[in-house]
Parts: sequence; C-alpha cells; structure tokens
Amino acid sequence: MMAIFEYAPAPESRDIVDIKPSYGLFVNGEFVDGSGTPFKTVNPATEETLAEVATASPDDVDRAVQAARKAFGVWGALPGAERAKYLFRIARIIQERARELAVLESLDNGKPIRESRDVDVPLVAAHFFYYAGWADKLEYAGFGRRTTNGHSGTKPLGVAGQVIPWNFPLLMLAWKIAPALACGNTVVLKPAETTPLTALLFADICRQADLPPGVVNIVTGAGETGAAVVSHPDVDKVAFTGSTEVGRIIARAVAGTDKKLTLELGGKAANIVFEDAAIDQAVEGIVNGIFFNQGHVCCAGSRLLVQESVQEELLASLKRRLATLRVGDPLDKNTDVGAINSAEQLAKIRELSEIGESEGAERWSPACELPERGFWFPPTVFTGVAQSHTIARDEIFGPVLSVLTFRTPAEAVEKANNTPYGLSAGIWTEKGSRILWMADRLRAGVVWANTFNKFDPASPFGGYKESGYGREGGLHGLEAYLDV
Amino acid sequence: MSRLSVRKTYKLFIGGAFPRSESGRSYPVTSAKGEFLANASRASRKDARDAVVAARKAFPGWSGATPYNRGQILYRVAEMLEGRRGQFAEELGGGKKAALEQVDAAIDRLVWYAGWSDKIAAVHGAANPVAGPYFNLSTPEPTGVVAVIAPADPLLGLVSVVAPVIVTGNTCVVVASERAPLASITLAEVLATSDLPGGVVNILTGHQAELAPWLAAHMDVNALDLTGVGDADLALSCEQAAAENLKRVLRPAAEDWAADPGTGRMTRFLETKTVWHPVGI
Repeated sequence: MMAIFEYAPAPESRDIVDIKPSYGLFVNGEFVDGSGTPFKTVNPATEETLAEVATASPDDVDRAVQAARKAFGVWGALPGAERAKYLFRIARIIQERARELAVLESLDNGKPIRESRDVDVPLVAAHFFYYAGWADKLEYAGFGRRTTNGHSGTKPLGVAGQVIPWNFPLLMLAWKIAPALACGNTVVLKPAETTPLTALLFADICRQADLPPGVVNIVTGAGETGAAVVSHPDVDKVAFTGSTEVGRIIARAVAGTDKKLTLELGGKAANIVFEDAAIDQAVEGIVNGIFFNQGHVCCAGSRLLVQESVQEELLASLKRRLATLRVGDPLDKNTDVGAINSAEQLAKIRELSEIGESEGAERWSPACELPERGFWFPPTVFTGVAQSHTIARDEIFGPVLSVLTFRTPAEAVEKANNTPYGLSAGIWTEKGSRILWMADRLRAGVVWANTFNKFDPASPFGGYKESGYGREGGLHGLEAYLDV
Repeated sequence: MSRLSVRKTYKLFIGGAFPRSESGRSYPVTSAKGEFLANASRASRKDARDAVVAARKAFPGWSGATPYNRGQILYRVAEMLEGRRGQFAEELGGGKKAALEQVDAAIDRLVWYAGWSDKIAAVHGAANPVAGPYFNLSTPEPTGVVAVIAPADPLLGLVSVVAPVIVTGNTCVVVASERAPLASITLAEVLATSDLPGGVVNILTGHQAELAPWLAAHMDVNALDLTGVGDADLALSCEQAAAENLKRVLRPAAEDWAADPGTGRMTRFLETKTVWHPVGI
C-alpha cells in the first residue's frame, strides 16, 4: 500500500539574525559612513528591503587602502604562528555563528538554507581553518625556488584589493581573505552590491576575534567602488571573481603596473555522460551540476553532452527527477531551488532562454508553482541544442541546461572544448581508462569524474583560457598572495 | 687568391620550414661596431599569423608527447648546439672567450631544462587531501600557444626564454632580438635537426614594435612573454591587448641570464588541472 504524504513547509526561523536598518563601511576596525549614495539590499525571495548599505566613494576606498597599508606593517611582520591563531579564531567563530550566517546568506542571496547551511558556511569555516595552518609553514610551500629575481617566494605582497560576486557571497570572501591573511597581506574587500550583508557580519566576526584594525576592510558599493579598489595605486594585488567581461576590464586596468592579478571568471562547462554511465548517479550529478545554487555557479555543468545511444533514457530519467525538485522559499528546509538573486539576473536568464527558443531549441520545465513575489525561474532544460546556439555558447548563470549529443569520445572532447571558457568539466562513465583519457584532453581547470560541483579548501580551483588565471584553494592558492 | 665565401640567407622559421617573409621585406643587421652582417627577414603581420597557426597545429602532438620524449628532444637540441659551438661563438662576435662562455651557458641551460620535463609535475602538482571520500589530484598542463618577445641577449637570453616554455609542452612564436637576430635563425637550424616537431618553435625576425602588438592581440594565442620589450609604452599596450582573451602575461623585468633561473618561467605558462573521483566499492 502506498501512503501519500502531503508536503508540509519546514521554515528555518529568521529570528536568529538581527539585521540593522543601515550599514556603514568597515574601515580600520570601525564601521564608518560612506560618502556615496547608499543603496538597498533586498531579499530576492520576497523583494522586501533588508537594509540600506553605504556606498564607498573613491575617497572612502582610499581611506580603506591606507588603513590596510598601515596594518600591513603590523600584520606582515607578525610571526606566522600568531597570524595562524587569529585565523583559527575566525574559523571557530564562523562555526559558532554558523546558523546565523546561513540564514543571513539565504535571506540576502536567495539560496536554499539547505545549501547555505550544509555547503557554503561549513566550507567557509573549513577554508579559514585550512589556510590558518599554512600561515607558519610558508617556507615549506616550495615557492622559494620559483625565481631568483629578488623574489622571496615566502613573503606577502602587501595590500590586496579583492572584488567578489553575489553567487557565494561568504564563501568567495573566505576564498579571498583566508589565503591573503595567512600569507601576511592585508585586504580591502568589496562584496557584491546585491549581497553585502554576510561580509558585514564577517566584519563583526573580525572584531570578535580581535583582529588588528585595518587587516580586513570591507567597502560596499557597486561597480564604481570595485573599480576604485582595483585601480588604487597602493594596492599590490588584485583578486577578482566574476564575469569574464569585467575580468577583461580589470586585466586592462592593471596592465603596465606591478600589481599581481588573479581572475576567476565565467564558464560553460560540459557535463559528459557516456552510455555505460550509472544513469541514476549521472542524473543526480546533472541536477547538482546545473540546479545547485539556481545555476548561479561559474563552474555549473550548463552543457549536458550525452552519448546518443542513451539520450532518450537519460532525458526521461532527468525529467522525472526534475519534477520532484522543490522551488520556493529559500528558508524552507525542503527547498531545492531558491530565488534568482536579482531582477537584473532574472531578466538576463529570461532573455537568453527566449533566444534559445527562437534559435530552435526545444524548451521544457517541470510543472512547478512559483511564488508570486520575488525573482523566480523554473528549472529549465533545452534539447536539440546545436553548438552554434547562443545557449550553448553564452554563460546563462541560471537554472538552464542545454543538452547536446555526441557519438564518440573524440567528438565529446571536441565539443566540450569548443568554448572560450575552460573552468570545469564532468565525465560520467564506468570505465577508468576512459575517464583518464578524457580528463587529459579536456581543457578545464577542474574535472569532476562521476561527481560534480565538489569543493574543498585543499583542492585548487580555477580556469583555463577565458575562465581566468591563478588558482584558489590548496597549496596552489598560496601563490597568488606570495611574492613569487 | 682567397676564396669568396658562400653566405647564408637568414630567413624565418615557421612550421619547421624556413620561408622568407611573405612581405618580401628585409632589414640590414650590423655588428656592434656597425659593420654589415646580413639582411634579415622583416616579418609581417601575416607571417606572425602563419606562425600562430603552425604553433597551434603543433600543440596537440607536442603537449601529448611523453615528458620523457620532450626531455630527450631538448637534450638533443643541446647536443646539436654543442656541435656548432664554434659557429655560434663566431656569430655572436665580440671576444672569442666571452662568446664561447655564452654558448656554453646556453647549452647548459638547455640541459638543465631538459631534465625538468618529467619532474615539474612532481614538484608543481599535488595530491590534495580533501575532506571526503575522493581521489583528488592536481597536475600542471601547458597553457597552449605562447608568444615570446625574446630579450636582446641573442643566444643565452633566447634559449632561457624558449626552453622553459616548450619543455612543459607549450608551443611558441618567438620574436627574436631586433638588433641581433642572426643567432636565432642559426638556432632554428639546430632546432630543425633535433627531432623537435615543426611548429613547436617558430621564430620571427623583424621589428618588435611592429610584430608584438599583433601577437598580443591574437585570439588564438594563450600567453604572452614580454621579457624582451624595452619600451614601457609598447609593453603597456601589449598587456592591454592581451586582456581581450585573458592571455597569461609575463611582464618585462631585468634579468640576469647567468643566474639560476628557478622554475618560475615554466610555472608562468602552466595551468593546473584538478581531477576528482569518488572513492568507493
């Protein structure tokens, strides 16, 4: 006998967070007013305003850089073991305040609480914990013999200017700040204008940890604030995660300077399924690959390359599975797919999906009820996609999967690599030698075989080609913040 | 009566062949004292593009060759260079002793880099201890086609920038020293007889300021080594042009070619690929 259970919402309480009506900039250990016009950050699931946030003008950014420069004198000279202890402290406080951070992240970003609670925040704490341990072991990292050109390979660069995106606000902050501080740099970080709140809560965590003032400075604002950070003449290192379009502008802006630059940009990853793959596992991997975090993931498996012989079976399974996804309230613990981060991003996803249809691909979404208010887009699959289609070439950055087919492994490689991007790729097959053969030939920085969208502080992440340069995570991630 | 010598025509080196510039142009090369030495080919934008095509074509084979094989070929280049030690010393000019020292240093540098082919992955790769049941391995891979603006130092400088690029599996297009390009074409003769596949190294002679911007802006070039660019404005405009497809850029810096080079010139043109696989039964 089959019992049918009614769905019952299981909302996480938002009482744990205390959102202030307005926020200033965090400069030199203090919250200060910004001189630009303040902006509002909204909950994308309801469109309610969460708080008003200061905009840092170029002068404000200059003050933050000066504070960071002054603090560098202290922080850079501190023994590594002492820096390590500060970072361990921060990691612990993140763990202590994990639920608060997760709820705030879901409110400001729109991602399901299941993800902010089980993926983002634990990885944030892990990242600080991981790089804390490096702070007094930089001599062992092996960068000392990279050059003999007056570079130590073990010393910090100075002040790092960091600009991060809205898709993983706190996790991207951790990827930037943890290695920078471990190596002895100080930072001026600009969070995205649609998701500034967890960065500002992180500022409070820095205060609780008694981090010396000026070691971490948070300046909020939009593109102009970011431009002021990356082009400030006293910034020694620029790190950016975001679109390839902005990455190009930043690369041009730092040209001719001594600034060191790392860029983690867009992607159009191929997730390749062979006929011998474990289909149910592959389906889970495809779903995780493109619908995790509403597809707002630079390494999302946005192109499914399926071997022709199993196309029908795989698509039938995939559609069955997609019909079970719950789209809705990010704070509901049952939710699989949350809100699109902003009206602007929603408009972009809609536009590209319409282009997909007009260019001849077939569009499908499971029946799903979307909330009336807020920014929502149903999980969407396009079949009959050709390589020339816009939806096979452009990064959509939303819950939209483009399905293409192939016959031979060589054809799969050819199609997978047929993109200016090169961030990630997925391979699904039960044959070990084929995995390694494919992995060798895929021009991508991260290759997930029989898994997808796995992240770890010990594992380097970053792209080939126009997906940017430099690596974040692992031993490789130290190089970006050392004088190599 | 003394014999009239047979002079060499200095041409370009593209795809393993020695074509003249398609433009039909050349420029006179003189010694440090101002004596005429030869007319070198003055490569054009079209030659630069042809060289990129040759380098791209050679990339799958060269990057797919075993590190052992690449190391043997680089060692073979050193052997061939050793065999022409006297010829290079003469071509470099200046004092005989100093010139021989330069040639010897260039040979030794090739041998040094040859040995790196099957070691750089061990030094620069990593087995990553992730917090979960996954095999996770990072390995270095070549970036692709690298455009190299070679330094003025005609042999040791040239070898010191080309060897680290190709030993890891990249292919390259080199703009030779504008003032002293002849050794680069003689080096091309060495490369052509060392089992190095055609197109792995392509050498253009001509005007740096004319060629570098085309290579910097070329969308099928993955990285740009500006070591030999002395003009700050040219370096700036090249780096800006390189941003269009996010080329990896090595900015110009003063180099002591006699010093231990470290591994930085190799790692600058390497990508890191990280492969994950679940562990289970």
